[in-house]
Amino acid sequence: MSKDIAFTLNARPVSVTVGSHENAVDVLRRFDLFGARESCGQGLCGCCTIRVDGKPLSGCLTLALKLDGATVETVESLDADGQLDPVQQAFIDQGAFQCGFCTPGFVMMTKHLLRDHPNPDDEEIRSYLSGNLCRCATYPEILKAVKDAAKKIATAAA
Amino acid sequence: MKKIDYPQAQGPVAGPQVGTSPPRLEARRKVTGRAAYVHNMTVPRMLHAKVFRSTVAHGRIRSIDVSEALALPGVHWVLTGEDIRELVPNPYYGPAFHDQPVLALEKVRYVGEPVAVVLADDPYVAADAANMIVAEYDLLEPVYDEIEAMTSSAIVHEELKPAGTFPDLKHLNGKRDTNIALDYHLRRGDVEAAFAGADRVFEHEFRTQATMHVPLEPMVSMAVPDDDRLIIHTASQSPSFVRLEIARLLGWPENRVQVKVPHLGGGFGAKLYIKLEALVACAALIARAPVKLSLTMEEQFYTITKHPTTFRIKTAVDGEGRITGRRCQIYWNGGAYADIGPRVTQKSGFTAPGPYDIDNVEIESYALYTNRPPAGALRGFGIPQLVWAYESQADLIARALGQDPLEFRRRNLLRDGRPQATGTIMQDSAIHETLELVAERIGWTEPFDRGTGPVKRGRGIAIGFKASISPTTSVAMVTIAADGSVSLSISTVDMGQGSDTAMAQIVAEVLGIRTQEVNVVHPDTDATPYDMATLGSRSTYHTGNAVKLAAEDARAKLWAMAREAGIDPQAGFSRVAVFKAHYGMQAGTIIGTGTFIPDYAPADADGQSPLVTPYWMIGATAVEVEVDTRTGHLRIARMINAVDCGKPLNPRIVETQISGAATMQLGFTLSEEMNFEAGQVTNASFSDYKIPGIHDIPVVMENHIIEAEQSNAPFGAKGVGESSTFGISPSIANAIEDAVGVRLFELPLTPEKVLRAIRDAAGNPLKD
Repeated sequence: MSKDIAFTLNARPVSVTVGSHENAVDVLRRFDLFGARESCGQGLCGCCTIRVDGKPLSGCLTLALKLDGATVETVESLDADGQLDPVQQAFIDQGAFQCGFCTPGFVMMTKHLLRDHPNPDDEEIRSYLSGNLCRCATYPEILKAVKDAAKKIATAAA
Repeated sequence: MKKIDYPQAQGPVAGPQVGTSPPRLEARRKVTGRAAYVHNMTVPRMLHAKVFRSTVAHGRIRSIDVSEALALPGVHWVLTGEDIRELVPNPYYGPAFHDQPVLALEKVRYVGEPVAVVLADDPYVAADAANMIVAEYDLLEPVYDEIEAMTSSAIVHEELKPAGTFPDLKHLNGKRDTNIALDYHLRRGDVEAAFAGADRVFEHEFRTQATMHVPLEPMVSMAVPDDDRLIIHTASQSPSFVRLEIARLLGWPENRVQVKVPHLGGGFGAKLYIKLEALVACAALIARAPVKLSLTMEEQFYTITKHPTTFRIKTAVDGEGRITGRRCQIYWNGGAYADIGPRVTQKSGFTAPGPYDIDNVEIESYALYTNRPPAGALRGFGIPQLVWAYESQADLIARALGQDPLEFRRRNLLRDGRPQATGTIMQDSAIHETLELVAERIGWTEPFDRGTGPVKRGRGIAIGFKASISPTTSVAMVTIAADGSVSLSISTVDMGQGSDTAMAQIVAEVLGIRTQEVNVVHPDTDATPYDMATLGSRSTYHTGNAVKLAAEDARAKLWAMAREAGIDPQAGFSRVAVFKAHYGMQAGTIIGTGTFIPDYAPADADGQSPLVTPYWMIGATAVEVEVDTRTGHLRIARMINAVDCGKPLNPRIVETQISGAATMQLGFTLSEEMNFEAGQVTNASFSDYKIPGIHDIPVVMENHIIEAEQSNAPFGAKGVGESSTFGISPSIANAIEDAVGVRLFELPLTPEKVLRAIRDAAGNPLKD
């Protein structure tokens, strides 16, 4: 079964025909958006993290049909104006990635964390990022990057 | 749209590049999600491949019925081993042995082995069709355990087929009816005499489990036929080898096969040599269409693993606690296909007695075929399995002798200038300094709170070492365009370890420019020269040397051109002005090349060689561990890692490599284990196979670099990707014994095992 759906993708209205078996990552690939990646396929690694109606979701577990009418944001939305997001800059400044495959997921989840907790402590960071896995294990640098990002955002707002 | 701020090619004097920590060249691409991975790639007319896999561990193929799968709309082809054999008469591949069929022929040898492949327009259709294939097998007796494989009547391969790539495997050619793919032997001194004359003799057996690399970008390859050529886009750590092996299989010249590698979403040894490439190459040529095969996370577990091992270690010590003799018998469970297992058996095998000064040594190291998924290289090339045994035993001996474990190691460690078991002299290796640093940082001699309640605290220490895989070749090319901008072409793969950046730093240092100005051309065998492979922490030293030579060659040519034009190269000059003066306009290219192959002396029949490795890698770890005696749960309160990596090219990337490798090994130590039932992996997913997450890193973790200049190395640097894995597992087991007085001999150190050992020791064993 397939169905036409329409949603807002990174601030642009889009429409697409999707199969009932397809997930959000499949659909994003059709728009040449590869930042959300299917890795474990079970919603356990966070590589496919996207934001749907303001909530972070695992793209691999989100049926494409559920995107109908939704507002979808991917990592590609963060530097749409050519300027890196403070979270992305902080990941660079702290060297918080190695192979980079999981990085968009961590960046998206960090954005969510900092919206909820602009000045998070270690426990809050660990709790929010516990659903993201980094096989290169760049966790110490990621902890630093999250704090650095919080600082950058606070400085920019001041 | 903000303009991208390119570094100015003719900027002010760059200053030192090597030894500083510029951000990774690809940093922006990675944080924006725009880095290119094969995972992302599609091409027009591409077919999606799905593999149909064996459900039995050992059997003769009676029939494969593909008719229903072939009838499914959207399916173009369903191929079996016999179809492959029509294209490639002898379709067996592998780096050490030509033993692995592109698709199973006659027999299947493990659960999960590729038996057929579906090619379809859509990946979901391909998966549905694969489920419709029916295969029947006549079951054969399987063998799973490495010790049983030594004598089992179940024979995985009727005949050994060494590849001929390695001269030291040639003697195995045509050997029949054995599961021993390779038996490696080393003899030094007289170990029997040492046991006979010893004050004490210690004998133990240690085991390690099957684990998997699980790179988050699962293995993926795509082959694109291009008339009389074939283009392979692959997430591979060894593009040069893929080209060589595909050309060999097809009987084509190497220049007809183009292998391209963009970024890798992790490798750790999983993506080495040849994995999916032979299958997509054959399928694409038969289908005359591009074919892409993307494994799922589950399928990775059926593709390559880390060797489970049994290590029997027998050690003689004298009255002062000096090790006088050691016999090492190591059995490597290589699974159904050799992959690089025989090299692990041999190249890591010769370090099995540890970094200790022992006059009498005997090593027997066996690569064994079993009916399990193949085992290969995983971050350490076998070394962590060896260190697990010899550093666990070091503590057992020290405790039995009433000596301090650190003191016992100090007494026995090799010093620079002393021969290792192979006879190769230990040099440029800060073994003592590395051990002393972790001991000092953990506060080894200082009292600490051992815990009074149910949670006890203990400390452990361990040190290991590794040789480089030798002899291997790297070639590099540095080009200077007419505007003076510089590109580096190498086939070394940056899978996250930062080699692109480190190599650019070397070029920048030699040419006096900034690292960010260097363009690193990603591996493309049509454009980038040969590199043996990105493995075993070899790139920094091997590729690094080749890159330095290439940059110096380019610089020499540029300076010669400048002198010809009457420009003094010592005085500082505009590079574009040199090109304009030479070519009459902004035109031309300078090409600098460099080739590096280290000196090497092959070992004799007793495993003795004056030069078995160009350098040694050293890693030590000290930990403080809390053991909950009620549950067996461990908490790593402090972890101190130190490595000798020569002079670090990029200290920040080095530190990340140290902490990343240590954390990965922490997973292999505490939680990761592939479970099997009748040869079937029963936990091939992240829901049942637990890799470290952000909650699992030690509360306090320090990662130290011992700066010790490595001779003959580029700016004194050597590899670091694996060194911090060495000491992790035994230091934790040693800390457990220090805390609660129980000794574990088998990885992983799960809460259940810890609790069982505690309860056994208390005479109150847990019920099964």
